[in-house]
Amino acid sequence: MALMKATAGRRRSSVRHYDSVGSRVFDVVNVLLLLGLAAITILPLLYVFAGSFASEAEIDSRPFFLWPEQFVTDAYDYMFGTDVFIRALLTTIVVTAIGTVVQVGLTLTMAYPLSKRYLPGRTFFINLVLFTLVFSGGMIPTYLVVRELGLLDSYWALILPLAINPFYLLIVKSFFQEIPEALEEAARIDGCNELQVFWRIVLPLSKPVIATFSLFYAVAIWNDYMSPLLYISDERKWTLQVLVRQLTAPNSDSENALSALEGAFFPQQGLKFAIIVLATVPILLVYPFLQKHFAKGVLIGSVKE
Amino acid sequence: MATDLVPGVAPDTRKTRRPRLQRVAPKNPISRLVTASRHRWLYLMLLPGVAYFLAFKYWPMYGLHIAFKDYIPFLGYSGSPWVGLKHFEELFTGPDFGRLMANTLILALLTIIFVFPAPIVVALLLNELRINIVKRSVQSLIYIPHFLSWTIVASLTYLLFSADFGVLANAIHDVVGGQKTDYVAQEGWFRPLIILQLLWKQTGWGTIIYLAALASVDTQLYEAARVDGAGRWRQLWHITMPAIRPAIVVMAILTSGNIMDTGFEQIWLMTSSLNRSVSEVFDTYVYYIGITQGGFSYATAVGLFKGVVGVFLIVGSNWLAKRLGQRGLY
Repeated sequence: MALMKATAGRRRSSVRHYDSVGSRVFDVVNVLLLLGLAAITILPLLYVFAGSFASEAEIDSRPFFLWPEQFVTDAYDYMFGTDVFIRALLTTIVVTAIGTVVQVGLTLTMAYPLSKRYLPGRTFFINLVLFTLVFSGGMIPTYLVVRELGLLDSYWALILPLAINPFYLLIVKSFFQEIPEALEEAARIDGCNELQVFWRIVLPLSKPVIATFSLFYAVAIWNDYMSPLLYISDERKWTLQVLVRQLTAPNSDSENALSALEGAFFPQQGLKFAIIVLATVPILLVYPFLQKHFAKGVLIGSVKE
Repeated sequence: MATDLVPGVAPDTRKTRRPRLQRVAPKNPISRLVTASRHRWLYLMLLPGVAYFLAFKYWPMYGLHIAFKDYIPFLGYSGSPWVGLKHFEELFTGPDFGRLMANTLILALLTIIFVFPAPIVVALLLNELRINIVKRSVQSLIYIPHFLSWTIVASLTYLLFSADFGVLANAIHDVVGGQKTDYVAQEGWFRPLIILQLLWKQTGWGTIIYLAALASVDTQLYEAARVDGAGRWRQLWHITMPAIRPAIVVMAILTSGNIMDTGFEQIWLMTSSLNRSVSEVFDTYVYYIGITQGGFSYATAVGLFKGVVGVFLIVGSNWLAKRLGQRGLY
């Protein structure tokens, strides 16, 4: 029995004598195949990173490289010298920060009452949420609502229309349901009302969930291109994603987009590489933290209630 | 229970329900109010979220009725005149409908053929990996593109495939020779590039749900199969595949329910005046007509048509899955 338990975790290695030649060949091919897949995934990003530190001449002449021959920061120097970029960067950071707080706050406060089975009317409200997963008003009616609310060209248009992701809401709700009711009951006996129970008992127990969904919401706002495209027409309110588009789209007038200085050297290609890196790096920085949690989050979501 | 006491009649355990723990709602309206006020904090917490759903989900649904009106912003929802099915007639008989439908369906078909199976295959290959550190590193790397924006993906595509200094375009040119191809500008390359983008961005992330299903397989099943002389191929076919079948069915329902949902951002970012004949789908058409040209009512009608078809598709594929003996979504 003990032996079985010990080998259960290593199901393949424990029976090596069964391996045929074909099986071993497959293993080698499989490793190479998957490493190749990983390489295809990551090489374009490494190339762009290297290219952002290369000179214009090198980008034009060398076909593919992962290390610039001559390390220059022209593109970054230029980028950080323009008002357009600085403004887009600050806008994106502030909108992402405020948006995440608002969206996570709304999601948590709505998920908590929905997790209480004894709340009269709970099913109605859950169905209210579920229906929006199947059917929606669509782009134009939503646009008209945003306009009606006077949110066009307002930063709130980048936050409020997407404030609650119904999937995240339902996952957080399931998580709250797992918290033992006895804990909350004890707090209630000590004189806490529901709001205090939520604030003092439930939220401290939910730190990992809050962290996970904060990251998910933050990444979504940071990456959002559709909302600024729909709701923002003022060039001074561009976000980073819009700037990425303006600088890299074919036939784009990137000098005009950055309000380039007359006569100054304009590293046209390098800027394309640099803006991609600048818009990507924050995502890659939070990625390790995301990765710690997301598999679990996706799993909770896949479980049927 | 009474049936317990009657000799010869076994209690039907399948039909016995556990007594409900729910509190019985009082019939008196005043005592109902008292019950509700006991939960006043919970309702208060519900308020902002419900307000969000009403404002940004249900108000737009109400706004859908302008598909049957000639909406003029100046006159508002109520002042604009009703026109019945005019916009739908215009859509179905107009010159654009066939092209939009064809473009949408071809992209959906290509997605089902190439993009849908990719994560299943990769998950199975990852599952066969015996070296854990390789498995983890590969996983960490192939999940990354999921978190990058479509603007970044589109920009990378332009950098790699455009004629002037696109790395891959040049590499292909060196091998094949002939004239240089500007892949991003050519109509014929629009669909392959869209599929490539989807594969690059979503394959790794898509493996998660299958890997989760695979992780829950009882390893003793493999031991037993091996004792019975099953090779790896037969283990894959008889143990692994049945284990991930429910996950495949759920993903298949979701995919077929989303046939009409060609990702707006992705298509929009890859659309140019040169490839509009193959790239325009319902979503980008709605944007173009509604936002760029101000044809709110007509664009809303197009969106409503798309939404209704979407509902039928998701209900239909769920029904089909159940008919085939699988667990559906709901």
